Amino acid sequence: MSNDRTRILVVDDEEIVRESLGGWLEKDGYTVAVAPDGPSAIEKIKAERWSILIVDLKMPGMDGLQVLEEAKRLQPELAVVIMTAYATVDTAVAAMKAGAYDYLVKPFDPEELSIMMQKIVSQQTLVRENLVLRQALKQEYRFRDLLSKSPAMQALFELARTAAKSNSTILILGESGTGKEVLARAIHAESPRAEGPFVGVSCAALTETLLESELFGHEKGSFTGALARRKGKFEQAHGGTLFLDEVGDIGPKLQLDLLRVLEERKFHRVGGNEEIEVDVRIVAATNRDLRKAAQEGKFREDLFYRLNVIPIVIPPLRQRREDVPLLVESFVERLAVEMKKRLDGVSPDAMGALMAHDWPGNVRELRNVLERGAVVATGVVIQLADLGMPSRGDAPPKAGTMASLEEVEKRHVAAVLAHTGGNVSQSARILGIDRVTLYNKMRKYGIRRDGEADEAAHEPAGSTGR
Amino acid sequence: MMPIFVWWIGEEEVERDLVDHVHRHLAAAFQRPVLPWDRPERPRHAFDPRRRQHLSGAILRWLGETGPREGKVLGVTDRDLFIPILTYVFGEAQLGGRAAVVSTARLLEDVELFGRKLLVERLAKEAVHEVGHAFGLVHCGTPACVMSRSPAVREVDEKSSDLCAECRGRLRELNGGT
Repeated sequence: MSNDRTRILVVDDEEIVRESLGGWLEKDGYTVAVAPDGPSAIEKIKAERWSILIVDLKMPGMDGLQVLEEAKRLQPELAVVIMTAYATVDTAVAAMKAGAYDYLVKPFDPEELSIMMQKIVSQQTLVRENLVLRQALKQEYRFRDLLSKSPAMQALFELARTAAKSNSTILILGESGTGKEVLARAIHAESPRAEGPFVGVSCAALTETLLESELFGHEKGSFTGALARRKGKFEQAHGGTLFLDEVGDIGPKLQLDLLRVLEERKFHRVGGNEEIEVDVRIVAATNRDLRKAAQEGKFREDLFYRLNVIPIVIPPLRQRREDVPLLVESFVERLAVEMKKRLDGVSPDAMGALMAHDWPGNVRELRNVLERGAVVATGVVIQLADLGMPSRGDAPPKAGTMASLEEVEKRHVAAVLAHTGGNVSQSARILGIDRVTLYNKMRKYGIRRDGEADEAAHEPAGSTGR
Repeated sequence: MMPIFVWWIGEEEVERDLVDHVHRHLAAAFQRPVLPWDRPERPRHAFDPRRRQHLSGAILRWLGETGPREGKVLGVTDRDLFIPILTYVFGEAQLGGRAAVVSTARLLEDVELFGRKLLVERLAKEAVHEVGHAFGLVHCGTPACVMSRSPAVREVDEKSSDLCAECRGRLRELNGGT
């Protein structure tokens, strides 16, 4: 085992201790530096990375425990050994509570020091190796921004990788929040068109006329408000990928227009005569059963077959629960970076609840729940209570419970919104009403998109800093 | 080639066989003349009455000041040695410096049981080890190498009295052809 990568900082106000301990450790091949007091040690910790900090408990000014706390804040992985002149249970307990690796009573046995240093070095080596292995493993479970170790998803990644290389139209099917757009972006990034643009359009968000102009562009004066010529998404995506989200929601006229473009790769701008030819790869997505819609005559069958060249079905999260811990780890890591907050993960009972949940809003819902947890968590580990997941008490009243119809409706709307992770379109579909009606009900009952009561939105922003 | 001087600085009468063995091993390990340095002075100022041990760092400084003007000097003593932070040391050296010191005090464990040869071997190993530090060698990861760390006599007994090939190579580099 090589010690030359291990950097030790010795902090003691007595020069003779710094000299003798530093000299002893140098002969063991460690890189050693010394500091005579807390503040200068902290400066050294701020400036450089250290593996081990050996610090005297009693020093004038900043004592060893204060140095320990500040050092752990700056470099959490640092192993800190406290030196004390007298072995008292109190000092030992205080040191260990503050996060010390161990403590040594001065003077200590050479064998004790030697064994302790070797133990720290081999543990740190193991941690490093573990990190490298875990990262390598994560790469195996990864397809760009998608992460999964379930066999079904691994097969999906394989299919997507192969499909990405072709120019064929891809139809991504899956429930809301499963990551259809993330997959579309990954396919684009893996395709020979990666250098070209990725242009996305949500077909459900716009009226038919607006969507037509959005997709194909328009000439100046083609309709009221068309003040200038505008390029549509098809033109913008030239040389790249056009992602048509919620393609199942488009109306009959646009279905026909779309079919023509897919067949001929040519179209006209709204109000224009010029035929425009584009080189675009189509990736479409929907959470509807498009085949069934085609059979029922609600969606053009010929368009369905044009889109359904390479269908890729993303399974819902509840069918691949083994991915929950992997996704949790990945999201928590990302949230920690985004929020500039130290987060080590979730508590075991929180993980249990996350594993048990059905995730109707899929990965998006999981991310939202974790984001809430990360904001609310007061420690470095997200607790079950931080997640605010619906518990039994929040469930709609059982049949026979006395409650007004309005009360039942309010609770049910809130529960559905919470379950879809705030997806209004999906919630409206589940409730069997249109989105406008749902918005009206949300306004009436004072419910936010996440299903929470609206008054909570007025809580002071500083409440996260508890 | 600068010699290595060996100086008995113990309080008891020198035990010639012990020191002769040290001479032979140092000469073999470092390939240079090993000469005796006999003076009546003793580093009594290094004695710490509270710990009832000798401070090895003080002895090293004293060896440098009082000993030969050139080459390396190894003090051999029968007094128990310590550095302030540790309960005891078998010896100490100035890393890449001139002086080194070794003591028989802590090497006597089990000697009565297994015979004096054990002490002779242990002392020679620790002498080569400390002089190795004075030449700039640090602890070696090869368990059999004399430069491997030996915080207790068990490790001293387990290692050989020779430098491993790697440490011999490093020593050549450190000496830069001297």
